[in-house]
Amino acid sequence: MSSDVPTTTSTITAAGAAAKASVAGVSPTPGVAKPDPILTVDHVTRRFGGMTAVDVQHLEVQRGIITALIGPNGAGKTTFFNLITGFDKPSSAPKLIGGPKAGEAAKSSFNGNEVGNIGATKVAKKGMVRTFQLTKALSKLTVLENMRLGAKDQPGENLLVAIVKPLWAKREAEITAKAEELLARFKLLEKKDDMAGSLSGGQKKLLEMARALMSDPVMIMLDEPMAGVNPALTQSLLGHIQALRDDGMTVLFVEHDMHMVRHISDWVVVMAEGKVVAEGPSGTVMDDPAVIDAYLGAHHNTDLGDDSLLTDEVAEELAAEVTAEEGKA
Amino acid sequence: MDQFLTTLTSILNSAISPQTAALAIAAIGLNIHFGYTGLLNFGQAGFMLIGAYAFAISIIGGLPIVLAVLIALVAATIFALILGIPTLKLRGDYLAIVTLSAAEIVRMVGRSSLLTNVTGGSNGITGNEYRGPFTDLSFFGDGHIDFGPWSYDATGSNGWWFIATAWLVVALLCLFVWAIMRSPWGRVLRGIREDEDAVRALGKNVYSYKMQALILGGVIGAIAGIVYILPASLQADSMGRSMTYFIFTALLLGGAATVFGPVLGAIVFFAIRLFVQGVAGQFVPSNIMNGQQTEQFAWIVIGITLMLVVIFRPQGILGNKKELSFDVK
Amino acid sequence: MRVWRLIATIMLILTGVILALSLGASPAQAATAPPLTAAPCATDDATGCLQGTIKLPNGDPAVGIELAITGADLDTVAVTGDDGKWSQAITVAGPYTIELDTSTIPDGAVLDSNAKNPATVTGALNKNTGYIFKIVGGTTADDGTTTQTPTAAAGTGITFDRFLQQLVSGIRLGLLLALAAVGLSLIFGTTGLSNFAHGEQVTLGGLLAYLFANVLGLNLILAAIISVVICAATGYFQDALIWKPLRRRGLGTTQLMIVTIGLSIALQYAFQYFLGASTVRIDQANPVTVALGPVTLSAQSLISMGIAVVIIALVGFVLVKTRIGRATRAVSDNPSLAAASGIDVDRIIRLVWTSAAALAGLSGVLLGLVLNGVNWQTGLQLLLLMFAAITLGGLGTAFGALAGAMIIGLVVELTNLVLPGDFKYATALVILILVLLVRPQGIFGRRERIG
Ligand SMILES: Nc1ncnc2c1ncn2[C@@H]1O[C@H](COP(=O)(O)OP(=O)(O)OP(=O)(O)O)[C@@H](O)[C@H]1O
Ligand SMILES: [Mg+2]
Repeated sequence: MSSDVPTTTSTITAAGAAAKASVAGVSPTPGVAKPDPILTVDHVTRRFGGMTAVDVQHLEVQRGIITALIGPNGAGKTTFFNLITGFDKPSSAPKLIGGPKAGEAAKSSFNGNEVGNIGATKVAKKGMVRTFQLTKALSKLTVLENMRLGAKDQPGENLLVAIVKPLWAKREAEITAKAEELLARFKLLEKKDDMAGSLSGGQKKLLEMARALMSDPVMIMLDEPMAGVNPALTQSLLGHIQALRDDGMTVLFVEHDMHMVRHISDWVVVMAEGKVVAEGPSGTVMDDPAVIDAYLGAHHNTDLGDDSLLTDEVAEELAAEVTAEEGKA
Repeated sequence: MDQFLTTLTSILNSAISPQTAALAIAAIGLNIHFGYTGLLNFGQAGFMLIGAYAFAISIIGGLPIVLAVLIALVAATIFALILGIPTLKLRGDYLAIVTLSAAEIVRMVGRSSLLTNVTGGSNGITGNEYRGPFTDLSFFGDGHIDFGPWSYDATGSNGWWFIATAWLVVALLCLFVWAIMRSPWGRVLRGIREDEDAVRALGKNVYSYKMQALILGGVIGAIAGIVYILPASLQADSMGRSMTYFIFTALLLGGAATVFGPVLGAIVFFAIRLFVQGVAGQFVPSNIMNGQQTEQFAWIVIGITLMLVVIFRPQGILGNKKELSFDVK
Repeated sequence: MRVWRLIATIMLILTGVILALSLGASPAQAATAPPLTAAPCATDDATGCLQGTIKLPNGDPAVGIELAITGADLDTVAVTGDDGKWSQAITVAGPYTIELDTSTIPDGAVLDSNAKNPATVTGALNKNTGYIFKIVGGTTADDGTTTQTPTAAAGTGITFDRFLQQLVSGIRLGLLLALAAVGLSLIFGTTGLSNFAHGEQVTLGGLLAYLFANVLGLNLILAAIISVVICAATGYFQDALIWKPLRRRGLGTTQLMIVTIGLSIALQYAFQYFLGASTVRIDQANPVTVALGPVTLSAQSLISMGIAVVIIALVGFVLVKTRIGRATRAVSDNPSLAAASGIDVDRIIRLVWTSAAALAGLSGVLLGLVLNGVNWQTGLQLLLLMFAAITLGGLGTAFGALAGAMIIGLVVELTNLVLPGDFKYATALVILILVLLVRPQGIFGRRERIG
């Protein structure tokens, strides 16, 4: 495995090695059971009209490691994120009348709680916090306000307490300090009083990730976190993500940049046409001929360091975002 | 010159009249909905009407004034719940259509001949029937007071007692809005205005916050209704759809999502109207534009003003372009 | 500089509308068409008032009923206004005779057989003296004999015949509503804009028809066609001069929506500026009624329904079968995708605005004929029902709007069977709220993508 770690970045920590070790014995087959799963998903399907966007029969995510979710465009990764974080409802969700049969209804449990049917707010409260592929920076709030909004346990978020400032001023000071610390790490500190809308695309991605971290999540789900972030900052953020893992956080992220996937993930799950088609340690999965055929292409190994690949990715990403923006207008 | 003085006097009088205060209060409530939370409430006049009816009918039924006000607030709360429960989980347009419809239903039911015994049908309720208890509270005495350019009875309807209490309410509400909007609670509302999915992903119960905002702004609308009818009479048709539009105009003129915007906007709204009417009355010969037509001409100008403000200065007089509440790309 | 061009264009449009109306409206005062509002009557020591309110069996005010009033030095005709009220000032106390002109009662209703006509009242000075004529459901034969619908209490009883009558009225309202709502829905679908000034487009159609048919004395059909063409032009120029530049400026849909509210306010008062609050009739002749079994309809209603059906079918055909229609639906579906696949989105939107305004105008003309009158708020009252219809059908889907409109039309009219007229719009809106509870995306709508 050591050959997978480029020499330019952080060395393997003890915790990192432990994370890899925790799934070392797991056989690389789709839907395989993990020794200590934090998230277990069963029978989650989502259809749009006639088309099935997601059809995951069983998937477990191991606690305390970095899992990458990869797959071609339109594979259903974002939709799958929406389904497990409560932003969308599976077509196979249990219904009062006419739902699926008892054993086949969608079920997902997170950290010992059923989270299949509780809605996005409660899922986030249980400690599973996500970011969005199309960034959702709150444009007309300042960067610092964006960050503060992410914090948990704020007494001032109760209307009756809000009126009297002394009741919440102390907690506000705490979260402000924490926000500034995170902003410094994400190189956004000097922007803290700017409106979030004025940030660049990549900066918005960073802000969104930092904001998600304000709530000290148990598990963080990142949808293409590094799309549009410059290489140098990507490197330092990868180190940051690994540090989070080393502190015991579980990370699940979607990414098209194979360089990055190979670099930091302890486990890789491959989706295609809505289904989980392969999973395993990154080296194993990326050498799987089925995966290479479906997604990576024959030259994936030789081109990894090539900057042109990155540029194409970025260009595509931006193009997609521009179209989406226009769609909104 | 005489005509000019008359116009000036009427503008000065309208600037402090309880009616202007009522419009300002309604706009303060709408500001919580639209300016801070981004809720498209097109039924603010309905909240006013509910408050007005509840207050007047309670007083006529012999209840003490404090209880009557309380009943009005409770009625507005219930109205907000009825409107909010089906719509606040849906896209914003639905709230707009449902509030618009519901306000219209309230008006139609209020003026229905079936309820003539209670609501006075389309004739409404005359001020004398409910004004007594409020006039009795006055400690301003019976005389006549001159103050600067203004000269009114101390207590009689439309007198200083009515003016003073109305503007005291305005001042208190401004203070209240300032206090809650700088708090974390206000921050969540502004976050929801920008992107409610992002706020949901941070574990905030968006539905509950939107409901709180709807109730709070609606209750303030009910207070506006009471202030509106105290010096006048209660007529369902005076609080119809046009009233809602005027409240929007005042809010946007002054500046949405600012503390004093609604107040300034209400004053400017009436000033523009009277000014145009005065000027048209003075300079346009009456065979081209008669008295009735100058009034309608003033309303046409108001409509065009609303268009121009929204297009060219969406942040209003007081707002900050960077923080304005619309989605400007 | 574009700022000033915009201001200038907005001003220009409004001036245009105002001018267009003033051309026709000023001679209106001199022309034969009497304004149908009752002159307000205020009592004092030297004046008394005779007055009353006449309501239709469904509780709506009966508009345009003529009453001949004679007595003392008086020999005049009073007419009921929009609210069904009539009043006449008198300067001499004493007995007066009031005779209701039964030919002015709308079809489907007759004077109650127990009512005295003419009636005699004793007027007094400084006092309001009221007299009420009761109108009930029934039909008038050609020879003038009337058949009263045999219901115990008109307006509340449900008989099968009354059900049929209301059903047909419901279909009639649904069709006219559909004409207007389809355009509103297409505009929403292609641009995301809720056009609050769409009601005024309907009013404009009705008022233009009045202007051409009545004030300028053109043939009714010609007048209707000219009105619709002018309405279409207002749609075209609105998009060219206001909406397209504003889209270019990047205004959000909420902002645009509030701009339409401003436009709606300005137009409403512009209508009043020229016409006052009066109701005008497009067709001055007394309506001819046609009986189809137990259902009575005016000839105008029948023809209007026919026209509406044909035009709606045409719109449906265009949307489904023609290239331009498919392109329109593609733009509604996903504007950026449509643009990417080579559709000229701006051209489609221009077309949608033009046809939406034309359809709304036509709806206004037909509505004016069916209701036998238009005033400045005819469209305004319809706007809510249009919104309800397109929400019910699923925002932005044209066929949903058609279905929604039929449902709303039927609900509104059938409500009359059980509830007084005051409540008929209210029920439609209550139903809308209930549907949203169960099926938030409307009957034909789809859910949106997140994330
Ligand atoms: N709301 C929706 N309505 C209809 N189809 C949808 C909707 N959301 C997603 N889809 C479809 O579901 C499929 C999966 O989409 P999804 O966004 O999950 O892909 P993805 O794996 O995240 O792709 P990418 O890597 O490009 O982000 C796509 O074909 C998409 O068109
Ligand atoms: Mg995706």
